[in-house]
Amino acid sequence: MDNQELKRYALKLRRGILRATHAAASGHPGGSLSATEVFTLLYFEELHVDPKNPEDPKRDRFVLSKGHCAPGLYAALAARGFFPEEDLLTLRHIGSYLQGHPDMKHIPGVDMSSGSLGQGISAAVGMALAAKIYGESYRTYALLGDGEIEEGEVWEAAMLAGFRKLDNLVVIVDNNNLQIDGPIDEVNSPYPIDKKFEAFNFHVINVEDGNDFDQLRAAFAEARNTKGCPTAIVMKTVKGKGISFMENQVGWHGKGPNDEELAKALAELDKAEEML
Amino acid sequence: MSQGKKIATRESYGRTLAELGKEHEDFLVLDADLAGSTKTAVFRKAFPERHINCGIAEQNMIGVAAGIAATGRVAFASSFAMFAAGRAYEQIRNSVGYPQLNVKIAATHGGISVGEDGATHQCNEDFALMRTIPGMVVMVPSDDVEAEAMVRAAYAHKGPVYMRFSRLATPVFNNPETYRFEIGKAITMREGKDVAIIAAGLPVASAMEAAEKLAAEGIEARVIDMHTIKPLNEEAVLRAAKEIGKIVTVEEHSVIGGLGSAVAEVLAEQCPAKLKRVGVYDRYTESGPAEALIHHYGLDGEGVYSAVKAFLA
Repeated sequence: MDNQELKRYALKLRRGILRATHAAASGHPGGSLSATEVFTLLYFEELHVDPKNPEDPKRDRFVLSKGHCAPGLYAALAARGFFPEEDLLTLRHIGSYLQGHPDMKHIPGVDMSSGSLGQGISAAVGMALAAKIYGESYRTYALLGDGEIEEGEVWEAAMLAGFRKLDNLVVIVDNNNLQIDGPIDEVNSPYPIDKKFEAFNFHVINVEDGNDFDQLRAAFAEARNTKGCPTAIVMKTVKGKGISFMENQVGWHGKGPNDEELAKALAELDKAEEML
Repeated sequence: MSQGKKIATRESYGRTLAELGKEHEDFLVLDADLAGSTKTAVFRKAFPERHINCGIAEQNMIGVAAGIAATGRVAFASSFAMFAAGRAYEQIRNSVGYPQLNVKIAATHGGISVGEDGATHQCNEDFALMRTIPGMVVMVPSDDVEAEAMVRAAYAHKGPVYMRFSRLATPVFNNPETYRFEIGKAITMREGKDVAIIAAGLPVASAMEAAEKLAAEGIEARVIDMHTIKPLNEEAVLRAAKEIGKIVTVEEHSVIGGLGSAVAEVLAEQCPAKLKRVGVYDRYTESGPAEALIHHYGLDGEGVYSAVKAFLA
């Protein structure tokens, strides 16, 4: 898919994220927006998935380990055709299948329930290990937050993935540098992230701009060609990316926009679309 | 009652896994550096490529098991009860329970019969923890025959299961020729009209021993093997309440949240009856030889006999 088309999809995802968190009057737009490009590229180019057959045993797996960024995942799944886009407006409502955090039992295309930080990567390791043991060719991707990697379980999982040489596993770290309580290097810094994954026997790819399709595409290609060890893609991103008043603002980690903020944000996205 | 043969239910677990491995290819076994103790090493010997040692990392082990189950297979995950149900509680709740994945948590070294290792390793809280997880099946076998049937039933059951096995070798008293196991269906080991003893796990043998002593004094005790703590066989409890009205529960577990609590809940809401809970009373237990500890905490035949006598007095 060419970059122009991907950029249009990314704008569509951003609209979905904003509308859904506005309708829910809660949710996590900041980290959904920083990962919008990676969601877009995964679901429109990288992952072998079929919205008509979401349970296909041969499909590639994606685990949103930073499960609070469900609005981003849901917007991508809706845009890809796994469920109707208007359902995004039911996010976090009583009776909706679109739970606040990913629920594999009820949401087509969600491969693993997640939301409690640190747990998704373990499940991804399990999926990748199962593929190795049973000789299957699907690949497994997990997206983690940079704050999330403060959880010890992440490193338990990384140790096993490195030891087991899971070259069918790609761990992506969304390094937007902000967690709820502030900048990650002021809370309990996990830096240097790349060196840590290297120490756990990963091939590490640093992506300078994780909101750039060419850089992400090159990283995924390199990961696919990496044999004998898992790959970690550490991508620098901007939290709240694409919405001027949300960018790099920790306050937008976990709240939905009000009517006025939504209108302003959507206008910015319309303008961006005109300039494509 | 004892026919002399003693087998620890963890041995039954490892042996049955290895047998199941020959019959079914669709399951993997995980351990956390305790394969020799949990007996998953017996399976590993037969199927090394289907055994995953996660090292000393129980939280990750449960998550990895969940990921395997999410691909459509069954995953058996083993550690000591303390570190499976205890340390990895939240992984079990969120990564296994919430998506109702086909993970079978087989926790060995449950209760005080761990023995010398003492309080840090004596998990008297696992039934309580696991019982709170929606959809979780919670079971504990009373002997080798029941343990084997339980492992097979757990494999066949669709959804999460927690099983507790013992470190200590205990008498084999069920007859493999006639024994029938069904998840959630209690087994009446002996009929009686004066008192009902509802036991689970290792204390079932103690309850049988106590019942024999009571019988010698003309007291007829009904003994119920409640191998499935959740879903609890409420009908068996209510029948005992209506027909006998006096119930003693016996478990190698805290009286808070386990079998005794489960029975008390059913009685209080549906058919109040006199109840005595025998188990560990809100305390950390201690080091000692397993059988001495079982005696010390009143979970052997003598202890159960005394408790029932005091209850009926």
